[in-house]
Amino acid sequence: MFLQQVINGLTIGSVYALIALGYSMVYGILELINFAHGEIYMLGAYLGIIFLAFFTAIGLTAYNLPLALFLTLILSVVFCASYGFTIEKVAYKPLRNAPRLSPLISAIGVSIFLQNYVMLTQGATDKVFPHLFGASGFQFVSVRMTYLQLVIILTSVVLMVALRLFVRNTKMGKAMRAVAQDKTMASLVGVNVDTVISVTFIIGSGLAAVAGLMVAMYYGLVNYFIGYIAGIKAFTAAVLGGIGSIRGAVFGGILLGLVESLGGSYISSEYKDAYAFIILIIVLLVKPGGLFGRAELEKV
Amino acid sequence: MAGEGLQFPTGKKIFVTARPFIIALWLSFLFLPFKGIRASLIFFFCSSIILFSFRYVSGFKKMFSGMTQSIRIKTRSSAFFSGRFPVVFRYSAAVFLLAFPLISRDYFIDIAVLAGIYIILALGLNVVVGFTGLLNLGFVAFYAIGAYAYALLNTRFGLDFWTALPFSVGLTVIAGFLLAIPALRLRGDYLAIVTLGFGEIVRLILNNWDSLTRGPNGISGIAPPEIMAVSLGKLSHYYYLVLVFVFLTVITTKRVYSSRIGRAWVSIREDEIASSAMGINTTVYKLYAFAFGAFWAGLAGAVFAGKMQFVSPESFTFMESVLILCMVILGGLGSIAGVVIGSLILVLLPEVLREVQLYRMLALGAGLVLLMVFRPQGLFGGKGVFIRN
Repeated sequence: MFLQQVINGLTIGSVYALIALGYSMVYGILELINFAHGEIYMLGAYLGIIFLAFFTAIGLTAYNLPLALFLTLILSVVFCASYGFTIEKVAYKPLRNAPRLSPLISAIGVSIFLQNYVMLTQGATDKVFPHLFGASGFQFVSVRMTYLQLVIILTSVVLMVALRLFVRNTKMGKAMRAVAQDKTMASLVGVNVDTVISVTFIIGSGLAAVAGLMVAMYYGLVNYFIGYIAGIKAFTAAVLGGIGSIRGAVFGGILLGLVESLGGSYISSEYKDAYAFIILIIVLLVKPGGLFGRAELEKV
Repeated sequence: MAGEGLQFPTGKKIFVTARPFIIALWLSFLFLPFKGIRASLIFFFCSSIILFSFRYVSGFKKMFSGMTQSIRIKTRSSAFFSGRFPVVFRYSAAVFLLAFPLISRDYFIDIAVLAGIYIILALGLNVVVGFTGLLNLGFVAFYAIGAYAYALLNTRFGLDFWTALPFSVGLTVIAGFLLAIPALRLRGDYLAIVTLGFGEIVRLILNNWDSLTRGPNGISGIAPPEIMAVSLGKLSHYYYLVLVFVFLTVITTKRVYSSRIGRAWVSIREDEIASSAMGINTTVYKLYAFAFGAFWAGLAGAVFAGKMQFVSPESFTFMESVLILCMVILGGLGSIAGVVIGSLILVLLPEVLREVQLYRMLALGAGLVLLMVFRPQGLFGGKGVFIRN
């Protein structure tokens, strides 16, 4: 029972971690809580369903399932990244020098817009993701793990490692770290800040798309308001780990997944959604820097 | 910066002329998976025509600045609430407000009552966001607490409206103090998230504490207020009650705004560090702002519960918070007249545009973004939270 809940928590936690990475990266660079990030994840889930339906209609799914899934993944990521890129250009870039509340409210606007955009184009009812994998899996002593759970955890781990390598070792990654430290200074030494910010949004949105697709497969049901609550939880995860830190986002996400899954089975499942908020408030009160972050000093 | 709109990372000349088409093509590409090829093509043609005409008729930026200019001139010349408005008009407005229920249908009175409740809420939020500059995304929690407090006191203990009102408003103010404790430590966007979390926690409790709140079913059979043993269940009577409360709110917030406390709030909004250096106890004044804002939300909640005679958690979602925030921002943060007009616009608009009701929230979202990009101080606001001098 306990181990089973740990497995479930790890699965959902790794999804939270993937979304949290997007929050954390954007916050690290723009100091903006990208409220619309949860909606990108929701778009990812919807796009997954749409493209998979398309491939099923042209017969690719029956012919070669892994290929169809792979193409679905790629297309969802491409479209979500495009959405992320566009959102930044339209809603955040004109406000880059505005007071801090302006981009936040703009982000809330984008979030409401995207929710209703999806509701109007795709309908307000739940969408079903085709049941492809069944419940097949394997059994340790008393714990059951489905292949899908394994795939979700492995995909997340691979993406997180890849992101870490990217930020650590490539020129663009270096530029990102430079912009996160000091935008003006980075632009003085020849970093194109606009490009870096765009790339940040593209990567973050791509990760959210993967998360959305995997959750759609895992739960099988998608609706237009999943992005809001998932976004808040992922943000909590990012704050829990220390916003701006990649390692922090990953640990925060997994920790939150575990708390939710264990708390849901041992304390009360009705308040499952409240745990994230309670954790968030406690973390902000006790250790605002998060587990891996440094406390921010206010400059006068 | 404002008004740049879409700017794609190309410096080449052809792209400048073809930019409307490229933007339209890009947007319809984004639209493609959601509605199919045909809708996407239609979208492409429409959006490229619109974008192109913006560019060649007068230029998007110019057109918009002209529009805002005219609004500014109009507000300056009328100056409705500043006291310079001719006395005759003020009296006739008062007569109109008083005679309104006698000359109109129930449908319009109902909307007016709703508008009144929203005005009280928006003015309360304006104290926190507009005067003090603290973004509160969970304001609806106070509204919910006020409404549920009256609903429970009335249905469980049989207290009438006027006895229950001090308790429900008092409870809301205490909740305001409770939320203010984290608010004292956090800045800007972190505060926004914590208040949002508070709003959600309150809603989840209302939704799940079945033994007290009857969960998603809500509480029904709430008695409407009475005055001198006359029940105000009739809509037109209720209208006058709400009218009195709205005036009370407007006058009180106005008076407090121009008092020592109000000045302290504005100075915290403008520069917290400077104001604490000037000897203002920022912690205490932030606490006041939260409690004072919560006070009005509690009042609005009780009035709402008395009007509907039914409350359920469904009325107190995050979207409601956003709607109230929109009212404050649309009219102009910090401006009382602006907030009143903003709430009126957002309550009346969906009623006027019945057939496009589905698109209301879509337009609200897009409107928020446009407002922030082009006119962050709102339609009627002056310099304030969003404008740096």
